[in-house]
Amino acid sequence: MNRRLLLLLFLLVFGSATNVGAIDTVSDWEDPGQRELYEQLIHEVRCLVCQNQVIADSNAPLAADLRREIREMVLAGKTESEIEDFLLERYGDFVLYRPRFKPETALLWLAPGLLLLAGGIVLWRTLRRRAVLPIGSDDDEPMNESS
Amino acid sequence: MLRFSFPILAFVALLGVFLIGLQRDPTYVPSPLIGKPAPVFNLPLLSDETRSLGTADIQGKIYALNVWATWCPGCRQEHQALMDIAARTDIPIYGLNWKDDPDAARRWLVQLGDPYAATVMDLDGRVAIDWGVYGAPETFLIDAEGIVLHKHIAPITMEIWTTDFVPKIIAARASRP
Repeated sequence: MNRRLLLLLFLLVFGSATNVGAIDTVSDWEDPGQRELYEQLIHEVRCLVCQNQVIADSNAPLAADLRREIREMVLAGKTESEIEDFLLERYGDFVLYRPRFKPETALLWLAPGLLLLAGGIVLWRTLRRRAVLPIGSDDDEPMNESS
Repeated sequence: MLRFSFPILAFVALLGVFLIGLQRDPTYVPSPLIGKPAPVFNLPLLSDETRSLGTADIQGKIYALNVWATWCPGCRQEHQALMDIAARTDIPIYGLNWKDDPDAARRWLVQLGDPYAATVMDLDGRVAIDWGVYGAPETFLIDAEGIVLHKHIAPITMEIWTTDFVPKIIAARASRP
């Protein structure tokens, strides 16, 4: 009984693992450059049905349709930016996991740097204030400052 | 007391950000098509597959385009509302039957009623991609010049039609001599 259960578990785990990445994988690319572009694009385009997946990983019918569209555009010799334009015109900035840098997305792109800068300023000010305290003091407020 | 003011202010600001964020629908993706010309299509009619209907045939008058399918639960949910809207408005509602089985779609319209001026079939989903469709049901409003005025994602109701669509229809008619 236990052995059967183990076998079942084994099959469940490894039986499904073999299917990973097998969503309509195409192997008939003649041009390796085109294959690379296709693979790169489907790993950067968001599936809008299941929003936290790229279309390469999604089983949604819309994701399959978008893979087909991208495949055909790549085969037709379209460039990366032309294909991205096609998607942006239809679905907006959200469709790309790495949205283009423009006024609407500037805050999104710059926020990590701005936050790091703000944190750095706070750290620098705190350290400078503490540097004037006598060693062993547990009061972090210096005598000559009132902030 | 003053030395705590910065952390407290930061906390309150963060709370505000979260409160606003929690009230927004993360599944809603605004359409980049609003204010732009509606994507062109020419597709076979559901009622007669040998004939086709395209944007060229229906332009020149304000119309609504409803994306639906028999596999879409939200479409069944909104169907009665579409029937009611179609009975009250003089705006033609066209149906875009998205990646559906034509026989099932025809049966659906017989059983539940047909609110559409006409329904076209998008069997391979290409036109839906052109329109940026990602989740049926979706309803578009297009003006007489062929510009997309509005897009509603999720089942439509009479209330949504009255508050979101009707004012835009009135404004579009008023701006046209």
